[in-house]
Amino acid sequence: MSSLHSHPVDLLRFNTCGSVDDGKSTLIGRLLYDSKSLMEDQIEALERSADITGGGQINLANLTDGLRAEREQGITIDVAYRYFATPHRKFIIADTPGHVQYTRNMVTGASSANLSIILIDARQGVIEQSRRHAIIASLLRIPHLVVAINKMDLVDWSEERFLEIKTQFEEFLPRLDIKDVKFIPVSALNGDNIVTASAHTPWYPGPTLLGHLETVHIASDSNLSNFRFPVQWVNRPNNPTDQTLHDFRGLSGQIAGGIVKIGQKVTVLPSGFSSTVKQIWTLDGPLEEAFSPQSVTLVLDHDLDISRGDVIVDAEDLPGASSDLHAKICWMNPRPLTTGKQYLLKHTTQTVKAAVTAIEHKINISTLEKENGITELAMNDIGEIRLKTAKPLIYDGYATNRLTGSFILIESGTNATVAAGMLLPPTEIARPEYRDFAI
Amino acid sequence: MRTSLRMGRCRGGIGFLNHLTMKSYHLDHLDYLETEAIHIMREVASEFERPAILFSGGKDSICLLRLAEKAFRPSDIPMPFLNVATGHEFPELLEFRDRRAKELGAKLIVRTVDEALEKGTAVQAAGQISRNQLQIPVLLGAIEEYRFDCCIGGARRDEEKARAKERFFSFRDSFGQWDPKNQRPEIWNLYNGRLNPGENMRVFPLSNWTEMDVWEYIKREKLEVPSIYFSHKRRCVRRGGQWVPDTELMPAKSNEEVKDLIVRVRTIGDIISTGCVESPASNCDDIIAEIAAARVTERGSRADDRVSEAAMEDRKKAGYF
Repeated sequence: MSSLHSHPVDLLRFNTCGSVDDGKSTLIGRLLYDSKSLMEDQIEALERSADITGGGQINLANLTDGLRAEREQGITIDVAYRYFATPHRKFIIADTPGHVQYTRNMVTGASSANLSIILIDARQGVIEQSRRHAIIASLLRIPHLVVAINKMDLVDWSEERFLEIKTQFEEFLPRLDIKDVKFIPVSALNGDNIVTASAHTPWYPGPTLLGHLETVHIASDSNLSNFRFPVQWVNRPNNPTDQTLHDFRGLSGQIAGGIVKIGQKVTVLPSGFSSTVKQIWTLDGPLEEAFSPQSVTLVLDHDLDISRGDVIVDAEDLPGASSDLHAKICWMNPRPLTTGKQYLLKHTTQTVKAAVTAIEHKINISTLEKENGITELAMNDIGEIRLKTAKPLIYDGYATNRLTGSFILIESGTNATVAAGMLLPPTEIARPEYRDFAI
Repeated sequence: MRTSLRMGRCRGGIGFLNHLTMKSYHLDHLDYLETEAIHIMREVASEFERPAILFSGGKDSICLLRLAEKAFRPSDIPMPFLNVATGHEFPELLEFRDRRAKELGAKLIVRTVDEALEKGTAVQAAGQISRNQLQIPVLLGAIEEYRFDCCIGGARRDEEKARAKERFFSFRDSFGQWDPKNQRPEIWNLYNGRLNPGENMRVFPLSNWTEMDVWEYIKREKLEVPSIYFSHKRRCVRRGGQWVPDTELMPAKSNEEVKDLIVRVRTIGDIISTGCVESPASNCDDIIAEIAAARVTERGSRADDRVSEAAMEDRKKAGYF
């Protein structure tokens, strides 16, 4: 079998979005089935349920519609993750539901994706759902988008219909922030242009869906320009067996942006202390340099008072700092967002109190127009708000860095995650109090 | 050309630095899965007061321990290991479990189904012989006894359909139950670990790993695993369409087929229901080749998951791992 391997390959994360009946689960089932990623017992289970409920017809959607509740309702109620591999790449699929009330799950599934697949039913064309999904993909800054125009068999494989839908979608694109968009005519049910090229689309010169997923360039998707290291855990051995580690004081974390090198001058924020990187420690031995998103332990030249929530950055490239924040958010809770209410805000490795001071506007997801004079944001609304935090955040705009530019809001008491937030570019650059004071 | 930079694999000892000829600053899939898991383990160490790592001696939890070393060394691993033993273990597994915990200098807590049956906190249903189900009350009992607010487990989403919907941080109410319709959204790498008293969290750093990734990692990291994962001779009995070990716990009946076979196990559960696959695979490379060619999923060899299509979903809702 060719679909698995054991040499280093890279990993593409993508999510699929569509409405209730446009064949998302079938599409994923087809990708797994045709790329030979299914096992005998999975096929057997499919056949068993086909005999019981499907009148003998194998239903590829059953592969992903995992929970009993959704089998009963016939809809996908949550994000489901699937894994498959080809000789070129490993893939993680987040299968996210399309119906209106579950937008929060799409945000969940798409937030860390390299690529989004939007499914459009060729008979229906671009509908409000398609626009919503494109807006969310744009808002989350997913670098690559695939518009899979599905059920082409039901429109007689009409090139005219394909182009019509492509034009409908493209009319909408200039207002979005997505650089790379690919349109592919498919039939998930019959497998056309999913893994193998379709005989029905001689007018389509492009790759199959899998062909595109295997080759799309993702190496430049993460931020390698601005060094950002939110301190996660202070690594100070209590009883080191190795005496040379007696004074070891490491700062453990995942690099959220850029590259760090030994000898690099860094600033610790918010305190503003300066130091240089003495060692990049890992279990496998020290490194000369490390990059995002590696997890490492840094040792600095000076023994500074640093704790979780502090951020170590390149001394010549400081992020923003402010306790007055401006952000786009997706509201995810049945209780609407109202101004004045306090929440907990988790950003990189710290959680602070925050109050919503204003709702600037709501984004109409059908027209992309701003609706002013809004007093609340309801579940699945997307809008722009202003927040005041109990202490300044050290951050970048989300457009510059997905990790240092994002946050979640948590409701005290219920501990529910109620919003996903994306910070707008900072207006004030961090001005460390003790910038020139090296110990 | 995509050349993945394998930074940090300097096994030449401390002080030796990689000389870097090609720089692409791009992680390969194992490095990516590793950094994601290390980040999660450090979040747990920072945000919970009394976390534990569930360590059975099985291959997934072996990977967890290596990730814990990567996350916390040169410090001690800042949480104890917990094992909920069914009393129906492969002896090789228990020996390995105890030895590995000792090597890592960790505190190992073992709670057993036998104790729970004796105390009456777990009750065996009529006709129920496999003890996988009975681990639920024992796990919940241990969580209460030690007031653990978080248990890190080695479950993977690719194992089973219900697990495919798990979060990294899986919230459990004060009865230890999972509610698939009421999960916290997980966005970017921002995990919400906040709890009210009595509630707890299960955290799964290997969520995005597949069976193949686990074996590739074991190979790359040169991790020792219990010998039963590799090919060995064993007396097996044919039950429910698969070969299971012939043990004193459930001796073969006269009408059951018994054979000495060259087998290995792919996944380890209660010994009486763990399927043995006929295999000559005697090292990691053989196993990787075998998985690449396999036509049955890993859990296809566990009878407890084949009871019904929703078997795992039901167990998880009740508090299972």
